[in-house]
Amino acid sequence: MNAQVQQLLEIADDELILGWRDSEWTGIAPFLEEDVAFSSIAQNEIGHARALYELAARGLGTTADELAFDRSPDEYRCAPFVELRLPEWERTIARHYLYETADAIRLERLKQSDDPEIAGLVAKIDREEAYHRIHAQMWFDRLQNEPRFTAALEELWLLAQALVGDDFRLQFAERTGLSTESGSEPQTLERGVHTDELTELWEEMTMVRRSQPAGTRW
Amino acid sequence: MIYEVFRQERKGQPFQHAGSLDAPDPAFAETYAKEFYGRRGESEALWVVRRDAILEIEEFVDELNRNYHRVDGYSLKEKLREARERAGTAAPGDR
Repeated sequence: MNAQVQQLLEIADDELILGWRDSEWTGIAPFLEEDVAFSSIAQNEIGHARALYELAARGLGTTADELAFDRSPDEYRCAPFVELRLPEWERTIARHYLYETADAIRLERLKQSDDPEIAGLVAKIDREEAYHRIHAQMWFDRLQNEPRFTAALEELWLLAQALVGDDFRLQFAERTGLSTESGSEPQTLERGVHTDELTELWEEMTMVRRSQPAGTRW
Repeated sequence: MIYEVFRQERKGQPFQHAGSLDAPDPAFAETYAKEFYGRRGESEALWVVRRDAILEIEEFVDELNRNYHRVDGYSLKEKLREARERAGTAAPGDR
């Protein structure tokens, strides 16, 4: 698998798994307007995953569905950060804010890709992500002085760093105002490592598809 | 805080009431208004107004009973019938 396809898969997996986690708020968000807005964001992320899988699938001679649902949990390339089930709203919003900040950095870079298909798709994705960033920023502005929110940001920041490569972590830290000083501090969980929560998510996410023999046309 | 949203479908057309939404501040109101009424190309522009900023008028007292100012205060049909009787002509349908 070449580096470009690998990178498409990393982003697609992040988007699929985070979209799935965010969709767990459908029907139970703190108020109706936010329920609709956050569900829509979750669905956008899954839509982006689909488009990225399609592009990656062509390079791998497979299909988007097979990439999304037929791999085993340990084959996913998402960061452990997106796998966590976060039943607290302040942690969900902290993750949303950190994710959108990191996503903006990598999309800016991919928009410059030499591959016109990748650059074109990323530009299209970024037009929707602009909404997500406005949404994340408005919540950040509202909660930035709430101790529960700042504690959630601090808690999730370490894991969030794995979303971007080493060379972009300083930039990520500058945009969030959080520190990258590590030294003796614990290291982030890099891609390739998975939490048990991914396995639980995967069991549920692929349940219907696995209920029928492989190759079933739906 | 309830906000009322008005939507303009095409440039030059009047804004029409689209619905309302609940938001804690103007930034949330803007985001939700765009999400609910603007992101599928269905609007050219939106007006988002706090409901309590709207001057609402529900009573229209007509103290002098000037019902001739209103279209329904003057029965054209009745006047026509009387005029026809005076002129001795029948209504078009009766001929």
